[in-house]
Amino acid sequence: MIKINDLHKSYKMGNSSLHVLKGIDFEVAEGELVAIMGSSGSGKSTLLNIIGMLDIANSGVYELDEVPIKDLDETKAAQYRNKFLGFVFQSFNLINYKSALENVALPLYYQGIKRKERQQKSLDYLEKVGLKDWATHLPNELSGGQKQRVAIARALASQPKVLLADEPTGALDTTTSYEVMDLIQKINEEGKTILVVTHEHDIAKMCKRIVTLKDGVIVQDKKVNQELASKYV
Amino acid sequence: MFSRDRWQEIFETIRKNKLRTFLSGFTVALGIFIFVMLFGLGNGLKNSFAEFFMDESTNALFLYPGKTTKAYKGFKKDRRIEFDNSDLADIKLNFPFYLEDITPRISRSAQVKYKNESDNYSTRGVSPAHRETENTVMMSGRFLNHRDLKEQSKVVVIGRLVAQDLFKNENPLGKFLDIGSVMFRVVGVFQDSGGDREERIIYLPYTTRQRIEKNNDKLDQIIVTFPPRVGHVGSLAFEKKLRLFLKKKKSIDPTDSGGIFINNAADNFKRNQQFANVLQIIVTFVGLGTLIAGIIGISNIMVFVVKERTKELGIRKALGATPRSVIQLILQESIFITLISGYAGMILGIILLKNIGVTLEDFFIKNPYIDNITAFWATFILVVFGAIAGYIPAKRAARIKPIIALRDE
Repeated sequence: MIKINDLHKSYKMGNSSLHVLKGIDFEVAEGELVAIMGSSGSGKSTLLNIIGMLDIANSGVYELDEVPIKDLDETKAAQYRNKFLGFVFQSFNLINYKSALENVALPLYYQGIKRKERQQKSLDYLEKVGLKDWATHLPNELSGGQKQRVAIARALASQPKVLLADEPTGALDTTTSYEVMDLIQKINEEGKTILVVTHEHDIAKMCKRIVTLKDGVIVQDKKVNQELASKYV
Repeated sequence: MFSRDRWQEIFETIRKNKLRTFLSGFTVALGIFIFVMLFGLGNGLKNSFAEFFMDESTNALFLYPGKTTKAYKGFKKDRRIEFDNSDLADIKLNFPFYLEDITPRISRSAQVKYKNESDNYSTRGVSPAHRETENTVMMSGRFLNHRDLKEQSKVVVIGRLVAQDLFKNENPLGKFLDIGSVMFRVVGVFQDSGGDREERIIYLPYTTRQRIEKNNDKLDQIIVTFPPRVGHVGSLAFEKKLRLFLKKKKSIDPTDSGGIFINNAADNFKRNQQFANVLQIIVTFVGLGTLIAGIIGISNIMVFVVKERTKELGIRKALGATPRSVIQLILQESIFITLISGYAGMILGIILLKNIGVTLEDFFIKNPYIDNITAFWATFILVVFGAIAGYIPAKRAARIKPIIALRDE
C-alpha cells in the first residue's frame, strides 16, 4: 500500500540545514496496523506528514497504492489527501463551530457528494464510533474521547486507503486512550491500513508492527503480538 | 460560484460566527453610512451657498460713480462723479448692440408706517427693468410699469417680509403706506430667493423718488443687462467700452482708476462658481477620505478574520480543500457580507438624509442629498476593495501548508 525508498528531508534553518530524515526505506502492506515510535525529534511526525502529503520530501520515492506521489502542487495534494488519506490528530482538530455531524461531513463536501447523501453517510460513521446520539452537538460539548472518536469518524468518512493517526491518544487519559485504540483496532480488523505515531509503549503494543525511528533513520522494525485494547476497557 | 452547497456552507459559517459577521458588516455599513451623510450634508452646504449668492441675474453690469483720483481737463482730482438721467438715455443710444435693458437705482432708507406698525426699510427707486436684474418674483399684484415712471406715481412694490411685518394678515394691495411722510399705494408684493434682506426692500419708481427730492435728476447707480448672445467675453468688451464712454462724457482721465466703477455680475458669478467648486472639491475629498477609512477598516477586519480562521482553513485543507476552494469560501463570504451591509448602510444614510433635511436649514445646510449613482458607486467601490482586502490574506492562507496552519495549539 505504501512504498518508500531512500527518503530524505531537511529543513533550512537560516544558513544551516537540519537533516530530519536521512534515507528511510519503508513499506506497508494493505491491512497493516503500524506504530511508528521514537523520541521527540526522531523524525516520526515528519515521516507521517510526508506520507500524509502535508509536507514534501527533498528526495526519495514515495508510492501510495501504486500511485507515485511526486511533483505535487497544493491543489493536487489536496485532491490526493481527500481521496487517499484520513487524518486523526492529537488535538482532534475539529471545527469548533460545526456540529459533530457537520465535521464528519466535511471531507465528503470536498468530494462533491450531495448534501443528503453526505448527511446519511456521516450519520452512519458516527453510529460506527458510537456517537449517533451526539450528532448535533458542538465539539465543546463533547469529552476528549468523544472528540477523538468524531475525528476518527471524519477520517473514515471519505473512505481513505490509509488512516494516519498522529499521537491520537496524546491528549487523552489512559482509559479513554484504550477506548480509542479499541476503536482503531476494530477499524483495522475491517481491513483498513492504519499508521499510528506514538511515543507510548502500551499504545504501540496494541499495533501489529512497531517501527522505531532514531535520528532520522529506522533502527528497528518488528512485528509484534497485538495486545487487544478491549480487555482494558 | 453559484453552487447551492457552497452557499449553504457560507450561510452556516455566517450564522455560527455572528460576532465576526457583525464586525465586518458593521464596518462596511458604517463606512457607507458616513460617506452618504457627509456627501449629502456637503451638497446641502452647496445648496445654501447657491441660494445666497446666485440669485442675481448674471448678465448684468452694475455701474457706480465715485471720486476721481487724477486731475484732468482743468478738473481737480477728488471730484465726485454723479450719474443723472441723461446717462440713461446716452447709454441706450450708444450701445444698441450690447444693451438689453437698463435701470437706475436710487437707494434710500426710510421710516415706513402702516396704522400702528412702523419700521425702517430700505427703498429703491428703480425702473421696470430692475425686475429682471434681481430675479424678483411677483406674489400678487404687479411690478412697476412705464406709466408709473412717466406719471411719477406714488406707488410701491413691497417685499414679502414687509407685507408680513406691517400688514399682518391684511391684504396689502391697494393700501396706503407712509414712507418718509409721503403716502404710497401698494400695487404688488414680491418674493426673492436671495434671502430675508432682499425681501425687506420696497421698490418705487425712480422718477417719483427724484420728484420727492426736489425734482433733481440724480441717480445712485445704473444697472445694464445684456442679452446672453454677448457672453462673458462680450460682456468684458461691453464693460470696457462703457467705461471709456462714461469717462469721456464725465471728463475723467481715461487712465484714472477711479470715477466710474463697474461690477460685472458674470465675474461675480464666476467667482462664486469657483467657490462652489472648491466646496465641491472639499466635499469630494471628505467623501474619499471616508471611503478610504472604510476600506482600511474592512481590510483590517478581513486580515483578522483570515488570521482567526487559519487553523480552520488548515483543517479544511488536510481534509481535501483545494487552495481555490479556500479562497472562494473566504471571498464569497466577505463579498456577501459587505454587499448586504453596504447596501443597508447606504439605504439608512439616504433615508436619514431625507428626514433631517428640514431641521438643518439653520446651519446653512439645505436639501442635503446624495444622488443614487454616487451612492451606488461608493458602495460598489467599498465592496470591491473589501473583496481585494479579503483576497490577499485569503490567498496567503490558501498557500500556507496545512501542517503549519495546524501547528499552533
